[in-house]
Amino acid sequence: MGSRRKETREVREVRSLSEVSGERSGIGGDQGGQASTVPEASTLGMKIEGLSAYYGSFKAVTDVSMEIRPNKVTALIGPSGCGKSTFIRCLNRMHEVIPNARTEGEVLLGDQDIYAKGTDPVTIRRRIGMVFQKPNPFSKSIYENVAWGARINGYKGDMDELVERSLKRAALWDEVKDKLKKSGFDLSGGQQQRLVIARTLAVEPEVILMDEPASALDPVSTQKIEDTMQDLKERYTVVIVTHNMQQAARISDYTGFFYIENMGDPGRLWEFDETTKIFSSPSRKETEDYVTGRFG
Amino acid sequence: MATKSGTQTTRKGGPEGGPVFESSTSMRHALDWVFAVLVFAATMVGLVVLVVLLVDIARDGLPRLSWDFLTSFASVFPESSGIYPALLGSLWLLALTAIISVPLGIGAAIYLEEYAPDNWLTRLIEVNISNLAGVPSIIYGLLGLGIFVNLLGDITGGQSILSGALTLSLLILPVIIIATREALRTIPGAVREGGYALGATRWEVIKSHLLPMALPGALTGTILALSRAIGETAPLIVVGAATYITFAPDSPLTAYSALPIQIYSWVSQPQPGFQTAAAAGIVVLMAVLLLTNSIAIWLRNRYQRRA
Repeated sequence: MGSRRKETREVREVRSLSEVSGERSGIGGDQGGQASTVPEASTLGMKIEGLSAYYGSFKAVTDVSMEIRPNKVTALIGPSGCGKSTFIRCLNRMHEVIPNARTEGEVLLGDQDIYAKGTDPVTIRRRIGMVFQKPNPFSKSIYENVAWGARINGYKGDMDELVERSLKRAALWDEVKDKLKKSGFDLSGGQQQRLVIARTLAVEPEVILMDEPASALDPVSTQKIEDTMQDLKERYTVVIVTHNMQQAARISDYTGFFYIENMGDPGRLWEFDETTKIFSSPSRKETEDYVTGRFG
Repeated sequence: MATKSGTQTTRKGGPEGGPVFESSTSMRHALDWVFAVLVFAATMVGLVVLVVLLVDIARDGLPRLSWDFLTSFASVFPESSGIYPALLGSLWLLALTAIISVPLGIGAAIYLEEYAPDNWLTRLIEVNISNLAGVPSIIYGLLGLGIFVNLLGDITGGQSILSGALTLSLLILPVIIIATREALRTIPGAVREGGYALGATRWEVIKSHLLPMALPGALTGTILALSRAIGETAPLIVVGAATYITFAPDSPLTAYSALPIQIYSWVSQPQPGFQTAAAAGIVVLMAVLLLTNSIAIWLRNRYQRRA
């Protein structure tokens, strides 16, 4: 197991250097769930091109283009109401779940446009998982919380083993291994959030989106989630929205700063760069004001 | 400022003339007590009337109640009259009405709450369903007579149990739909999003999460609705429930009587013997109601614990 994991990591390093492209053609035509053709070692990045998001006639986010590198943590920061959450929900087609919400522009997973005609959002959401601001475990046992997603997606392997592996990756196994039959609601807020992460991992996504996953948690739980994220990026591509700038600086490799210039305007991606650059020498004044805590 | 007994003065206004609080706490507590007495009295009015009613019925009816009463057919002699066909008829109606209305009601609620787009048509349907819940039951009886008894008579067997059950189903559908929708609406959106984010379809989320969570609330509405249905008299008279019947129903397509119909018919007889039979019939009807309600409550608690 150990040696195999090392191997896959090497493969991935090569991939991220050669900028994932071209290699994955054929995935797009593979509809209907038999996505097990995706080799375990693959991690895809995402590319967003001119994305705008609407609620009815209200434009919440306009013209965002950015690249999300595979096996990296990309943080999205910015003041409240500037479209970060709306934007991240566009990345796995969760935005359109809201009545009258729609998007324009392209979102590529690898080289597949997830908004292309005939693309099934259900398949996309399995491949691009999401963790929400408030822990939302299902009112089922801890075991079922993790197993359910895998089961509906037609997982054929050993379910016990999958549940254990997922809980271990979410750093929750040791705390719950003796009470898997207990309700997910019996756990503390921080444990619930890690349970949700485990449930997301159980369907083997390629990208994990996190919308302020630690904002409702205490510092100790937050620490645990952050530690988990460091491990996660070895296998997955991670995008996280956060209000906590220290958190963004601590855990992310790339940072995007969202900003609204005038009240009522749609949110824009104001600056996007490596995290060290954003926090040490941002190229725009508003970014600097924000990361140094002068507003927001 | 002297402090009188029962009057509380806190934090006198400062030299700058800050806020002054002066109130009689004993007066405020007295008002609180008066209000408590009033609402207690309001509770008691309903309760006392109900108890008096129950005691009166039990005193008249219980002595008449016997195994013979439960297993005999109606007769022209009050002493040998029994409630057997009416009891069976009511149980048939209850079962058939539940089988017809529960899936339809819960299904309609799921559609309106989870699938339907929010446009003028669905809003119109919603307003109509709320209005239908308030339509007098005799109107449903007339509707049932026109459609189920006359128009579809060849299929329903005319004045049959099926026609009666279909009519009662129409009557209680709005209540079940409204109760189920309310139950679905209290489920946080985060549950649905959690399911979708794992790559679940709408139906998978509904089946595994929403229905189990909504079931206790939906069942409560269904219990109340079915209780109403089993006590209904007016629509059944219109769709032709018999008051005097000499055989026990053995299929949904036969003629039938029902408990409230039988009670109504006995009450309108001049002989005092039929009055006591009516009282005994009421006791039986109440027992059936209590029994079905407790089954439903037991079911609800079972699901609630699992959820």
